[in-house]
Amino acid sequence: MAELLDTQGGGRCTVANRTATLGSARARNVFPRARRALLAVALLGLFGGLALAVLSLSEPAPGLAALVSERLGESGVDHPVTAVLLNFRGYDTLLELVVLLLALVGAWSVGRARGCAGNAPGPLLSELPRLLAPLMVLVAGYLLWVGAHAPGGAFQAGSLLGGVGILLCLSGRTLPDWAMGLPIRLLAVLGVAVFALLGVVVAMLPGSAPLDWPPAQAKTLILSIELAAMVSIGVILAALFTGGRP
Amino acid sequence: VTQPVFWGLVGMALVIIGLYALLAHAHLLRKVLALNVMSSGVFLVFIGLARSAPGDGAPMAADPVPQAMVLTGIVVAVAATGLALALIVRLRAVTGRTTLGDDAGD
Repeated sequence: MAELLDTQGGGRCTVANRTATLGSARARNVFPRARRALLAVALLGLFGGLALAVLSLSEPAPGLAALVSERLGESGVDHPVTAVLLNFRGYDTLLELVVLLLALVGAWSVGRARGCAGNAPGPLLSELPRLLAPLMVLVAGYLLWVGAHAPGGAFQAGSLLGGVGILLCLSGRTLPDWAMGLPIRLLAVLGVAVFALLGVVVAMLPGSAPLDWPPAQAKTLILSIELAAMVSIGVILAALFTGGRP
Repeated sequence: VTQPVFWGLVGMALVIIGLYALLAHAHLLRKVLALNVMSSGVFLVFIGLARSAPGDGAPMAADPVPQAMVLTGIVVAVAATGLALALIVRLRAVTGRTTLGDDAGD
């Protein structure tokens, strides 16, 4: 990704070369004007059909809001979206973390990262992260905690941590070599591992099922999972940005 | 037009605009961006229609289940975008091209 966004040299091709590629791609593949117009008309027709479908929906839409608020007390958190994400539909969230991990494995199997050390930032970008990165980590921690009773949670906090990683990468800072091997991989799988492990452990309680948190411990369990998920999401997003395995 | 229906229509329009760009542009980066516009449209439709009809003077009550599912969808879309961009970088490194198709060489 860094390579596609790179505009400050250090990439493998010159600017002239790059514009040539873009230009020829445009010339070769652009539809003739008549076919573009035909496509636009067809898509307008499709939009008309979709708009009719939206307009014909019954207005007080049936939903699950009442059901969620009725059972919110057993979920361990006070915010309905967090309760749905980590308790009522826990499988969705577990598999979503798996999808993130799979994307990272896919990106890593495609090629090596160019590394962040080659980025030569301007004066602003080289000094600003000193100020911003600690603040962003602090806000991520706040978002994680506040997710129990207000909008927030592991994904918002994790994407902020990913932003910290991207900012540090763009400013030419890089992880020490010892962290590039096993530690970064362990952090990337931490979220899935903690989520799945706790989900299996609670299944051993009598009369329980996988990911069925007992209401008394639900808040502790959900916060532990969210903490691990936040770290993993941040690491995975930042690693995806570098575009390949370290 | 009520608010949920309005956001539903805006979301549909985003999907159509993204679909047009996906079909009309050859550069793979543009196609990935078009797919992202399309997914934003789908999320907007889902979130918009999840707001149930308000009572008199009462604030809009939103259904949390679609919101949680859209949050999941956003993360999956980000993951797919990251993987697609990695594949594009690799394609460019190997073939020197950033478009699909059989015609070799620029």
